[in-house]
Amino acid sequence: MVVAGTMPADFNAAVDPQRPCDGVERYRSPMAIPKVCGIETEYGIVVRGGDSNPVSASSLLINAYVAKYQRKVGWDFEDEHPGQDARGFGLTESFPPEIETHLVNTVLTNGARYYVDHAHPEISTPECVDALEIVRFDRAAEEIVRLSMEASKSILAAGAELVVYKNNSDGKGNSYGCHENYLVARETPFGRIVTQVTPHFVSRQIFCGAGKVGCELPGMGVKDVPFQLSQRADFFEEEVGLETTMKRPIINTRDEPHCDPQQYRRLHVIVGDANMSEVATYLKVGTTSIVLAMIEDDQLGTDLILANAVASIRHVSHDTSLTRLIPLRNGTRLTALDLQWRLLERAHKYERAFGLVCVGEAVGADVLRRWEAVLSGLEADPTTVAGQVDWVAKKRLVDGYRDRHGLEVDDARLKALDLQYHDMRTDKCLALRAGLERLIGIDDVTTAITEPPHTTRAYFRGKCLQKFPNEVVAANWDSMVFDVGRDPLRRVPMMEPLRGTAAHVGTVIEESRTATELLARLGS
Amino acid sequence: MAERTQKQKPAPAKTEEVVEEAPAASKQGDKLKAELDDLLDEIDGVLESNAEDFVKSYVQKGGQ
Repeated sequence: MVVAGTMPADFNAAVDPQRPCDGVERYRSPMAIPKVCGIETEYGIVVRGGDSNPVSASSLLINAYVAKYQRKVGWDFEDEHPGQDARGFGLTESFPPEIETHLVNTVLTNGARYYVDHAHPEISTPECVDALEIVRFDRAAEEIVRLSMEASKSILAAGAELVVYKNNSDGKGNSYGCHENYLVARETPFGRIVTQVTPHFVSRQIFCGAGKVGCELPGMGVKDVPFQLSQRADFFEEEVGLETTMKRPIINTRDEPHCDPQQYRRLHVIVGDANMSEVATYLKVGTTSIVLAMIEDDQLGTDLILANAVASIRHVSHDTSLTRLIPLRNGTRLTALDLQWRLLERAHKYERAFGLVCVGEAVGADVLRRWEAVLSGLEADPTTVAGQVDWVAKKRLVDGYRDRHGLEVDDARLKALDLQYHDMRTDKCLALRAGLERLIGIDDVTTAITEPPHTTRAYFRGKCLQKFPNEVVAANWDSMVFDVGRDPLRRVPMMEPLRGTAAHVGTVIEESRTATELLARLGS
Repeated sequence: MAERTQKQKPAPAKTEEVVEEAPAASKQGDKLKAELDDLLDEIDGVLESNAEDFVKSYVQKGGQ
């Protein structure tokens, strides 16, 4: 059984040859598949004036939100995919999922997952088709956290408060992640992805680093590195590997596509910072999507491969002057800025030859414009991009505060300022006061708190949760389980991220008065 | 690199322009400094009152 409709973005079809292409060469058909993407953010959490167990604090935070705003639907850990057409929807029967009951794990009506992971509250955005959607749902996640903190007040003892931070380190050697996920074609050799995307991960810090006071490398401190570009760079010890919590690798090899494994891979990127700046999030995801598309079409080349990525990621992060030279495998040396200029130059060439349909044409073109603008600004005078780049915005505050009060670099007030930049409380958050440029209006953010994106399978997930909360017993990325009052439970697999969109199933969901009817129509 | 080369081209003409642009530039600089001063005033009011304790007590378990 398959839901009626055809593939939305025809990613295998040739791009319209009528489109202008600067007269250089004809548009070629890209191999690159749509860069469906998502972000998972682990937040820091503390309890003020109460017992500070991070696991129970995280659970309390999430439960407070779910109790107040929506019926709780558990996350489904079933990772078995019963036989069906792996490229679309199918209906099968299944046993009740086993759910880890000790940790909160829930699904929201916007298609996101909200859960406790490693003693942190974590929100995974729903699957999105482009970088602008990512920013919208990452902003919605921030608002969900704020609503959760507010809701938890009525549960906590008087005087106690949960405070959440959107950062990636406690300054004492403990780090937690903001992971990005990108859909890539299974047929693209993984080795090519590893070697060719790494130069981008090492150098993109110059515009998507969230900034950090001090250094957490063993034996080094704030006197050695008063300020660095990235929260995370100190924690990477390998180039490639499966770990995410120890000996972290720049390229994570987890192969858990959450969709058809024959066609797709999910590139799990653990090297980035959580950003307070919307533009930084936009550029982080937008530029990475374009670089990955270039790699899929084998248009990036091998001449930017680094000699030592682990050392270089730290060197780039520790150099706020942006002048440090990074050795490449071919013997030349470039600054991170030079690397980024070369990636941008190739991205322009790629856009002219192949178009940017796979990352969203309008968003792709805008990302290219902003990418150039941020590099120009960083090159001329970094303070000119204080409204877009987190580390620059934060450094401006830290330097200004230090100068005003005549502080030493290791003064605790400077580290406090760093932490408070990421404080999710609006009355305390310094990022909210730093004059950062906004990309998404508050109305669009508010909508994204409860409404799923229309252009991925997250639509089906979110809409079913909205309309049939009593019948959906569990959900995960690639399936949903319904209880329609008779055994066994019914599982709807969703193996194709670009099906289950509003265009595909909007009418069916709208017209179905009951979950039983919906399942019947999906199965007919 | 083409974009970059273009951007760097106007540089040599700068010596002449500087005289004319200086007041505007310093005005812009003054404005930025005033903004930062206001911001720092605000931060003085918002910053956690006992920074030492605040920083010490911010301890997280490692995550992913």
